[in-house]
Amino acid sequence: MALSLPTYPQPDERGRYGRFGGRYVPETLIPALDELQQAYHTARTDPAFLNELDRLLRDFVGRPSSLYLAERLTEHAGGAKIYLKREDQNYTGAHKINNCLAQALLAKRMGKQRVIAETGAGQHGVASATAAALLGLDCVVYMGAEDIRRQALNVFRMKLLGAEVREVTSGTSTLKDATNEAIRDWVTNVRDTFYILGSVVGPHPYPAMVRDFQSIIGEEVKVQHQALEGREVPDVIVACVGGGSNAIGIFAPFAYLPEHERPLMIGTEAAGEGVESGRHAASVAGGRIGVLHGAMMYLLNDDEGQIVPPHSISAGLDYPGIGPEHCLYAETGVAQYVPVTDAQALDALQLLTRLEGIIPALESAHAIHAAVEIAGRMPPEQTVVVNLSGRGDKDVAEVMRLLDLAQTAPAQDAPGVIRPQEVHA
Amino acid sequence: MTATLTATTPGAARIHAAFARAHAEGRAAFIPFMTAGYPTAQAFAGVADELLEHADLLEVGIPYSDPLGDGPTIQRASEQALAGGTSTRGTLALVKALRARHATPIVIMTYVNPIYAVGPREFMRLAQDAGVDGLILPDLPPDQDLEIADLAAEHGLAVTFLIAPTSTPARVKLVAEACTGFLYAVSVTGVTGAREGSALAEVPAMLALAREHARVPVAVGFGVKDADTARQVAQVADGVVVGSAFINAARQGQSVGALAATIRAGCQK
Repeated sequence: MALSLPTYPQPDERGRYGRFGGRYVPETLIPALDELQQAYHTARTDPAFLNELDRLLRDFVGRPSSLYLAERLTEHAGGAKIYLKREDQNYTGAHKINNCLAQALLAKRMGKQRVIAETGAGQHGVASATAAALLGLDCVVYMGAEDIRRQALNVFRMKLLGAEVREVTSGTSTLKDATNEAIRDWVTNVRDTFYILGSVVGPHPYPAMVRDFQSIIGEEVKVQHQALEGREVPDVIVACVGGGSNAIGIFAPFAYLPEHERPLMIGTEAAGEGVESGRHAASVAGGRIGVLHGAMMYLLNDDEGQIVPPHSISAGLDYPGIGPEHCLYAETGVAQYVPVTDAQALDALQLLTRLEGIIPALESAHAIHAAVEIAGRMPPEQTVVVNLSGRGDKDVAEVMRLLDLAQTAPAQDAPGVIRPQEVHA
Repeated sequence: MTATLTATTPGAARIHAAFARAHAEGRAAFIPFMTAGYPTAQAFAGVADELLEHADLLEVGIPYSDPLGDGPTIQRASEQALAGGTSTRGTLALVKALRARHATPIVIMTYVNPIYAVGPREFMRLAQDAGVDGLILPDLPPDQDLEIADLAAEHGLAVTFLIAPTSTPARVKLVAEACTGFLYAVSVTGVTGAREGSALAEVPAMLALAREHARVPVAVGFGVKDADTARQVAQVADGVVVGSAFINAARQGQSVGALAATIRAGCQK
């Protein structure tokens, strides 16, 4: 069966999701965005492009990723069945590779020999470097100095793959600044460079294109849930949200169903030390509408419009905004966005590891926390699907550092869980 | 220079008059840029006074945390100005004080997020009250938000949008027709900043295209750093914008006024 890319009713022809989205970028980039939109429009129905993408997703990435019934986690939660959509099984360790391969193929098709990317946790950078190596493209990855410190292993992987990693020291030295630098590079080299954007953010058509490429996650869930449970639609879907690409990938195939057929969809935002603390990355819960990186969205910005530096235990969620389609979902109630703290995520990471033998990425651990909470309040015949967006290898050193800092206290959630009194000592 | 100027607002009229005066003197209009609150909140007024001695128009930037269209020089200046407490409202207060001392038109350069944060209508009201004549909006293509230009006009302000060497003929037409102050042609494919050597090869063709559609003067900026590059630009443009060179001078404690005098002299046609 050949791959086909889904068609959704959003955004409108101007790249707007309601009032969100758009193209707030220097004029230099507008022709490039038009060119990209045209190239994507043609490619998305071209059998040559789709067959090659399908082949790579299957044979190189290892798709489909499994929908795995987490029996011990289900037992622990004491309610609905918890399924894990195992994007951590993908080659390079996260959902990011789905989008990167597709964009790199598009770059090649457009005749661009050089690709650039931004990365926070490094997963998107590694996936971009991997796709570039596979397709023989030159690759430059922008990464904040703070993230380079937190994600040394991924930095090395990118270099090993032949990419150049450029350290960004402006602003807060994290993902938003790496994104600024990538956009500046693109403004400068737009004629021969393709920007592989890593999430459902940025100017149109990126949020739509990245969503379409990630929708394979939700489309597979439909088929797998049908086989396992005799129905396509789970009762609840949970996914973590930074910019929001793994979440949109699992939400979008269900989001445009009639309301009574839609699952309850929950996006977990990084609440850091708590939304009330001001040290968080929860754009829906703690932000206001603004413009960053070319799109209007919920954004951490002060009453002067200056971007407020986000904080999360997870470099991958450490972004001050959230994709425009999520903003529309939040505003219209199609999905709910709930804050999950650093400490809760760290607990959930250990919980899943001890109970299922799966070390999740710190990003995905935010979703695990919410899934356990909600499953416990649901009847056993219902199902919760969690998008396990990535594996935790990249975070192990940072988790070790945080747990070393933490004082060991009596376990509450599961035997042996190290509960930090103060993660940020 | 365009013969049929039709000023739509008081700000546009003042901007057009400034270009016309320079033109009458056989010069391209000299438009220096400085980030508000740089190098310090206290020192900014003195630097701006020095620039206004020589400027036909002054461009004042509202410092912003994430300036996508700017290179490292202006970005660092913005970070420093923000750290020193400069705000959007504060910038407009600084401009108001400058306008009390100088008749030279002043245009504000700002990214859209500070405008949205204050509220577009409130922002325009504050800008009008401060005596601002026009706005330059580097991350707002004119077809993104039609309300901003309408609100600006309602408050007597002119609007400047940008074209770039990558702009297609259709985009040049759209942008040129939307400008009410002057049209800002970006000289290079890239961000702001002084560059090694001259990179103005693409300018003449771009300007020829722009002039087919623009009803307003056309200025060129990005990469203009000294009298020599200013002279090259002045041969083809109605105005010359210089930014990063003044930030660099201010940072190094050099005389901003002396550099401005030199570059203004370079604007001779």
